[in-house]
Amino acid sequence: MHELSITQNILNIVVEHAKRAEAQRVRAINLVVGDLTGFVDDSIQFYFDMLSPDTLAEGARLNIQRVPARVCCRSCGEQFSPQDYSWVCPRCSALGGDVLSGREFRVESIEVE
Amino acid sequence: MKVSVVKDILSANDQLALQNRQLLDSAGVCVLNLMASPGSGKTSLILRTIDALRGRLRIGVIEGDIASTVDSDRVAAKSVPVVQINTGGQCHLDAPMVQRGLAQLPLTELDVLLIENVGNLICPVDFRLGEDVNVVIASIPEGDDKPYKYPGIFVAVDAVVINKVDLMPYLRFDMTAFRELIAGMNPGVSIFEVSCETGQGIDSWAEWVAKQRSAKLDE
Repeated sequence: MHELSITQNILNIVVEHAKRAEAQRVRAINLVVGDLTGFVDDSIQFYFDMLSPDTLAEGARLNIQRVPARVCCRSCGEQFSPQDYSWVCPRCSALGGDVLSGREFRVESIEVE
Repeated sequence: MKVSVVKDILSANDQLALQNRQLLDSAGVCVLNLMASPGSGKTSLILRTIDALRGRLRIGVIEGDIASTVDSDRVAAKSVPVVQINTGGQCHLDAPMVQRGLAQLPLTELDVLLIENVGNLICPVDFRLGEDVNVVIASIPEGDDKPYKYPGIFVAVDAVVINKVDLMPYLRFDMTAFRELIAGMNPGVSIFEVSCETGQGIDSWAEWVAKQRSAKLDE
């Protein structure tokens, strides 16, 4: 459900930057979404198709680049992506670590004409 | 033509959260954002916390729910200021909702504000409200595997409250593994084992809440 308001935010950001660039139309929107956020690609696309008509972004392609969770082991410093819900370090078997990436949620760029 | 944007999608919410925070800072109110799945005991913990700190700290409450005033009625019975926010279907509270809630509370007469988020382990953690600390409440019947399934929330909080420990004799729940997992994912997190039914562990939790408030005043 929360993707509705989120997608409206995305659209606002996109239209604002498209206007600033004096664009006629937005062809593509490049998003960066971390796996540790709760945002679902299909759901964003669904609401985008609903909200974007009659805006500069109508018909734009949504490119969503997912960023996997990366964790740094606090025991041995190994950097790894947790697999199968497991936060066990593949090198030293210590549990968990500091989150390096996976929390991203931004509009990276837009392609306009 | 490619136009670089690099803008956080939640920046509008974050800005309002910052305004909330400044308002609360100036009133000297320490704010806890309580998150959990439905039925884990968020409201029960709030009621216990009010009782434990009565006469010591003045507490206010914001209740977030999709619908109904069931929770705020329970809190109001404790004679503390409470505001109910019905999100009308939205699965989390956000900063604009909390801002409207704050306008209805006597902030200068409060020391601690407890915000009960909508019951959900996924999206509440992505939305800043203006809080000082984030807390997730887990409970024994939910099982000890929740940090694996919802890592986003368990890595982001300052404290984990494990409720319903009085049910430990009846359910399979590996407390040692659960605590190790959380501590491994989130170093420095405070963990409390409580039962809102029996009152077990509530004192040390309430003590921690009081400490958050004094730490804020010392800043």
